[in-house]
Amino acid sequence: MSPPAVRLRGLTKIYRVPVRGAGVREALRSLVRRETREVPAVRGVDFEVAPGEIVGFLGPNGAGKTTTLKMLAGLLHPTSGEAHVLGFVPAQRERAFLEQITLVMGQRNQLAWDIPVLDSFDRNRAIYGLEASDYRRTIDELTELLELGELLPKPVRNLSLGERMKCEVALSLLHHPKVLFLDEPTIGLDVTMQRRIRTFVREHNRRTGAAVLLTSHYMADVEALCPRVILIHHGEILFDGARTALVDRFSSEKTLVVDLGVADATADLSRYGTVVARDGARVTLRVAKAETPAVTGQLLANHPVQDLTVEDPSIEDVIDEVFREQRLAPE
Amino acid sequence: MTRLARLYGGLFRIAFLEQIQYRASNVIWMIGMVLEPIVFLVVWTSVAESRGDVAGLGPRDFAAYYIVVLVVNHLTFSWIMHVFQYRIQQGSLSFELLRPVHPIHNDLCANFAYKIQMLVILTPAIVLMIIGFDPRFDLQLGSLLAFVPALILGFAVRFLFEWTLALAAFWTTRTMAMNQIYFAVMTFLSGRIAPLAVFPDLLRDAAAVLPFYYMVAFPVEVFLGQLAPAEMLRGFGFQVFWVGVAAATIASAWRFSARRFTAVGA
Repeated sequence: MSPPAVRLRGLTKIYRVPVRGAGVREALRSLVRRETREVPAVRGVDFEVAPGEIVGFLGPNGAGKTTTLKMLAGLLHPTSGEAHVLGFVPAQRERAFLEQITLVMGQRNQLAWDIPVLDSFDRNRAIYGLEASDYRRTIDELTELLELGELLPKPVRNLSLGERMKCEVALSLLHHPKVLFLDEPTIGLDVTMQRRIRTFVREHNRRTGAAVLLTSHYMADVEALCPRVILIHHGEILFDGARTALVDRFSSEKTLVVDLGVADATADLSRYGTVVARDGARVTLRVAKAETPAVTGQLLANHPVQDLTVEDPSIEDVIDEVFREQRLAPE
Repeated sequence: MTRLARLYGGLFRIAFLEQIQYRASNVIWMIGMVLEPIVFLVVWTSVAESRGDVAGLGPRDFAAYYIVVLVVNHLTFSWIMHVFQYRIQQGSLSFELLRPVHPIHNDLCANFAYKIQMLVILTPAIVLMIIGFDPRFDLQLGSLLAFVPALILGFAVRFLFEWTLALAAFWTTRTMAMNQIYFAVMTFLSGRIAPLAVFPDLLRDAAAVLPFYYMVAFPVEVFLGQLAPAEMLRGFGFQVFWVGVAAATIASAWRFSARRFTAVGA
């Protein structure tokens, strides 16, 4: 078995931030005595990512996702704990390490603003010492997969957000990184562009076998790309496992959609569970998971049911519930 | 071709293209750089004309001095201290830290690209100043040959010294005030306001050991043949010393400074 592409052991990052109260008195006091507060952003995080694996790294704003990614990319130094990426310690920022990873930040721009996209690509070619033939072939591939053809000669300032993001992703992959850290790569993009980036990431992963650690607030990204998800909240891991297991494990309810037909369209179904929606004869019920078989039987026995489906709640609902209720202890 | 040569070739090419995009603002910057020595030249020429020679320098000597100052100042200046804070605050340094080459290489290429392009402004400016101010040049082959290493080392001292000071942006987000002090001292002691010959002895002695003189005035005096061989050798020695100090500081402080990036968090 090959060693993990990414391995974290007790990774911790504590920021020290200056604090002072409001008002003149506090301002003067801070001149002689500067107070700081420790803000733990990541607390003892452990996980591994295998080569070729795509993992969704999820959490609300401020959960510690970006801080973790930045530590893995060598931008931030951990306060304690260990991180290894491809066998390297990221914080040491060795050239061989930097040549094999990439970090895409959806809210940041590394393309030079005023020159054509292709010129920024050429700069990375020089920086990573890419051979001409290999570089040409890579650009051709990326151009085909991301439909970059018309964008390459344009100055970046003239591109739309989605176009720019496609070029950012392509730029980050020119040097064939073995590990991709994607921090909200689809943020702010329209649905079509999100789908295009998603398809591309999956295809790139399939072709190159690069490991991908992806953060996103769009569950569609996660559902399309990540068989495995890691949930982080307040800097701690809440869940690490298969995406499907997340729903099974944390959802205590199932959703029943019942079509009662015209004859019984107005029947009151509240005694079976929580009615969450009603559209004519079509009623959506939320029922405790354990009671689902019994409720299904009763509905079929007591009502002229035309159609009935039993669904798991969406992953988005599950994650929202997990973060909202904070009812889980870390594994 | 070695990796480094390919790196510089590629970075320079893109930096050149990028600077072309900024041609209008670059020209305005350059006009400012041309005007500065002209202003001082006019002032000192007026003084020399009304009171006679100043420290042995007549109006035509001042003209020669400031024309060469214009060239040397242009070829040795860098803007890194102006932009470093911005890089940290805006987060663009993140991407530079992700690359497998030190950001100083790209800065060097951008610097060269700008300077080469601005020869378009510098060359006619020099011609006009020569026509307008009738400088007295007493050029000697030995001085001209010595000027080349003096200029290269002058650039190295200034670029590396300012790159070192720019690292302060990792510790404070208010580097503009510190930069202002540096530029005031540098402008004065580098001989841009006045040739060091007109300074009081004490200031001249201080300037002779500080790095600023070696950034501009020393290469200028070498070019103009104003230095005895021993003074020239001593000057080269100081240039090498300050290049060593600045390079060693960057090499040791860079890794340490980059750790500070943590606190800034961009």
